[in-house]
Amino acid sequence: MSTLKTLLRRPSVAISLLFIVAVVLLAIFAPWAAPFDPSEQFIEGLSLEGAPLPPDATYRMGTDLLGRDLLSRLLYGARTSLFIGLLANGIAVLIGTLVGLTAGFVRGWLGSVLMRFTDLMMAFPALLLAIALAAIFQPSVWIVALVIAMVNWVQIARVIYSETVALAARDFVEVERTLGASRLRILFSHLLPHLLPTILVWATLGISTTVLLEATLSFLGVGVQPPTPSWGNIIFESQTYFTSAPWLVLFPGAAIVALSLAFNLVGDALRDALDPTLKGRS
Amino acid sequence: MFAFIARRVVYSILILLGVTLITYLLLFMLPADPARQIAGRSATPEIVANIRHQLGLDLPFYQQYFQYLKGLLHGDLGRSFIQRSQVSELIGARLVPSLQLMGLGIAFELLIGIGLGIVAALKRDSFIDRLLMAFSFVGVSSPQFIAAMLFLYFFAVRLDWFPMGGYGEFRHILLPALTLGILGSGWYSRMVRSSMIEVLHQDFIRTARAKGLSRMRVVFRHVLPNAIVPVIPMVGIDIGIFMGGLVVVESVFGWPGIGQLAWQAIQQVDIPVIVGVTTVSAVAIVLGNLLADLVIPLVDPRIDVKKH
Amino acid sequence: MKRKALSLAIAATLFAGNLLAAEPQHGGEAVVTYQNDVATLDPAIGYDWQNWSMIKSLFDRLMDYKPGTTELVPALAESYTVSDDGTEYTFVMKKGVKFHNGREMKAADVKYSLERTVNPKTQSPGAGFFSSIVGYEDVTGGKSETLAGVTTPDDYTVKIKLSQPNATFLHIMAINFASVVPKEAVEKWGADFGKHPVGSGAFELQEWKLGQQLVFKKNPNYYRSGVPYLDGIRFEIGQDPTVALLRLQKGEVDIAGDGVPPAQFLQFKNDPKQKGLVVTGDQLQTGYLTLKTTLPPFDNLKVRQAVNMAISKDRVVRLINGRAKPANQPLPPAMPGYDTGFKGYPYDVEGAKKLLAEAGFEKGFDTELYVMNTDPQPRIAQSIQQDLAKIGIRAQIKSLAQANVIAAGSEKDQAPMVWSGGMAWIADFPDPSNFYGPILGCEGAVSGGWNWALYCNKALDAEAKRADSMAKPEQQAERIALWSKVFTDVMADAPWVPIFNEQRFTVRSARMGGDDALYVDPVHVPVNYDYIGVK
Repeated sequence: MSTLKTLLRRPSVAISLLFIVAVVLLAIFAPWAAPFDPSEQFIEGLSLEGAPLPPDATYRMGTDLLGRDLLSRLLYGARTSLFIGLLANGIAVLIGTLVGLTAGFVRGWLGSVLMRFTDLMMAFPALLLAIALAAIFQPSVWIVALVIAMVNWVQIARVIYSETVALAARDFVEVERTLGASRLRILFSHLLPHLLPTILVWATLGISTTVLLEATLSFLGVGVQPPTPSWGNIIFESQTYFTSAPWLVLFPGAAIVALSLAFNLVGDALRDALDPTLKGRS
Repeated sequence: MFAFIARRVVYSILILLGVTLITYLLLFMLPADPARQIAGRSATPEIVANIRHQLGLDLPFYQQYFQYLKGLLHGDLGRSFIQRSQVSELIGARLVPSLQLMGLGIAFELLIGIGLGIVAALKRDSFIDRLLMAFSFVGVSSPQFIAAMLFLYFFAVRLDWFPMGGYGEFRHILLPALTLGILGSGWYSRMVRSSMIEVLHQDFIRTARAKGLSRMRVVFRHVLPNAIVPVIPMVGIDIGIFMGGLVVVESVFGWPGIGQLAWQAIQQVDIPVIVGVTTVSAVAIVLGNLLADLVIPLVDPRIDVKKH
Repeated sequence: MKRKALSLAIAATLFAGNLLAAEPQHGGEAVVTYQNDVATLDPAIGYDWQNWSMIKSLFDRLMDYKPGTTELVPALAESYTVSDDGTEYTFVMKKGVKFHNGREMKAADVKYSLERTVNPKTQSPGAGFFSSIVGYEDVTGGKSETLAGVTTPDDYTVKIKLSQPNATFLHIMAINFASVVPKEAVEKWGADFGKHPVGSGAFELQEWKLGQQLVFKKNPNYYRSGVPYLDGIRFEIGQDPTVALLRLQKGEVDIAGDGVPPAQFLQFKNDPKQKGLVVTGDQLQTGYLTLKTTLPPFDNLKVRQAVNMAISKDRVVRLINGRAKPANQPLPPAMPGYDTGFKGYPYDVEGAKKLLAEAGFEKGFDTELYVMNTDPQPRIAQSIQQDLAKIGIRAQIKSLAQANVIAAGSEKDQAPMVWSGGMAWIADFPDPSNFYGPILGCEGAVSGGWNWALYCNKALDAEAKRADSMAKPEQQAERIALWSKVFTDVMADAPWVPIFNEQRFTVRSARMGGDDALYVDPVHVPVNYDYIGVK
């Protein structure tokens, strides 16, 4: 509890947390917060020549290229982007922790196979891998989340692995072992609690990465399928219009940067607070 | 030392083999038929079958993969299905622009990152420190496509400081390289800042200061060389991240590199090109890591090679 | 394969263009930009937007079209005769036509070139066009390397025998795949001939930096005197269309090969300074939605008709800023055989609901809509999706890479609906027959074919065959009328929803001269490089 208090004393962290909470609430309550149906293509939402409308009293963030209300799409898009960000990161942390922990603690052939595989995945150009996977499995919200997780677990596994190796060599584990404690007991009562801060930090920092990756995949057209809005595919749909209708890029762009920044700031502060030895390392 | 290098090299080659295997496997699963794309819309199913057979696409997976490996041994990456030219030629023509962009991009990253890191560490907890760290956080949190589009819009379209795209002269490379450099510098500035602070607190620095050496001299002769060690492996890892960034930045700025080649090939399911680009990228990443592994012991006396 | 086009004979200058353009001067160099790579300059293989017109300028064919029109004229052929039964064509070749390597072109080169295109080893996407030549099956089947139907009685005469009369054969001798290539150069470069093209055309390739630029220089020995006007052309590759347009306004680029991107279109159209730079032409293209006629519930005619009535084509056209005209039949208006009296299905939501109810789908149904994932295609699909939702059809959009859509398109159990945008049918030559066979005929309705509705009406197929055997000039009117009826009859079965016919917009810098029609040339797409010049 005390760590939380110290954390909140930093204005940047407090603001970030506030922003995250706000986005989460807006995403959950999007049906009430959004002024319009995000998929409704309004006839009067386009000019007679088919151009999108700039922000005005009715469409407060303007309309998109199909005459839909941008604000409503952003609010619903927060759902998609957050959902994928959290889900993908959750899976990535789970896989990464499992692999890293097994490899670091069990060692032996299983451990080395796992770490060799991790090395292999490290050598893959991540974005290319994600694009190829997305093309094979034909993107839906779930598939996109899975694809991102497939790419993102690798780094976490590496970190957990080296921490586990270091922990396993520490005296108290040795003592337990000589006292005849079972492996599982060591694992759950000693290793995991010590690893928890690292996992927590990565769980927070990782969301930033997954949100960005989702946006990038959508930007390249292999992300979430239309008409489901996500912050990335809103930009994808209007990218060529960004000189004539900059609001279509600026609003979702700012949203992506802000959310990713908020998670980064919180995660970084969490890292400082939970584990001073990790400070500043990326 | 030699045994260490040899082991690392052999291991790297195994990793690369694994990368080609997985890439091939993924592409084998793709629901698209390159033979049909080649045959065009006036082709009868017999013509398509004939082409499929010529390309060896009717062979089982392992045979196709072994064919590919056999070619690879002779330096042959195969022929593009769509462009019909040697993949090695296609990649070769685009490798130089990508390497230029990557080289200058990483140079900007280091220059900006280390520079800001030093300033921030020296002015620790001041307003400037906060500002610089905020800048690096925003950089790290921004997706490349948004930054690239905004930079293009403001600096090229609005202010007309840079050309909007193209390749050939130095002025063309500046904006894309700066985009990559500014965004990526955040990692380095944060790392340099914290390792500088750590070194600044160490005894030998205090001793040096106490001996009456000037502050600048201490910083550049003693602090920086020590603080920069963790940056080196970071550059190795960075190459992998850069490869992803190239796809996005090259497509926004129209840079004729392998990122654009990769994107086009994925759209057209041009399998030989996709495998080729992935392999070349993996080579770059593995080389980067290998170099980092080899360079660290040289610059950091604290690490003993034999322990590895 | 994907975006090749032919456009209307005479370009309409939409934006107060200059109909009386100054006669271009000789000399000078032009800069042309494209976004995508030039895949190959091998005339037997090249089949995309960038290389179509380049190949036309590097190579020649027996037949060609009058610049800026769709009027067939002899080119390498001095003259030709057709036998009474319409199955034997005799071409007498011009003498003294030289390849870029200096050798004179002979009849044997024509025979060699046709056989090369048809040979399966060449993997030409155009082989199928020559299927009416006697001996075609033997070559594609690998039984023979030579076409029995092509003979060369002397060095300057080529005789081609057809297995049945083919009214489009002269058009076929004018398409890129019929280009004449020198055997020795093809054999020298092998599979890399496409990177080292040797032809007889108005330009020759001087330099090619992969992924960056190509430089063409004037062929001083070109057989047509006074052509080309330009001394050289530089093609810059990898340029975003938006960037290309801005550079054109700065004077750094002469022709933006990819046209006006949708986003800049309105700005350009409404800017008095720019509009003189745009040339507009019709395009022999139709954008359509296919309905898989073999897959329930689209096997029900009433359902297909309901879909036809449910989609607001005007809205789709507005989405793309009015760069197209709503369509009601497969043929585009500029194509001979287009039925101006045909009204097609009206936009009638209530009527559509009624038809759907009659078919037993009062509550609608769930289905999928496949679309290529580049702008504006996913947007058009979303507009269609919303229209369908109004009559209760819940279509899920599958926005995928082009290759994946094509792969799914012809599968029996996949892709119930496909929006053709980005892969739409654009005519190879200005004849209605080109709009039928592969995309609406039974021969294309197979797995791996391009008839994505899997529509097969044997009676109409027979009519189509009858029309194409009317090869005599005096039968032409009757033939076109027959084709016209075939396409309106197709609409009774409603395998497609024709949505719009796209228009073409070419932008060229103020210093470029030559007739506007050359910039929207129906055959040399997008631009006829041979006849344009600087003012």
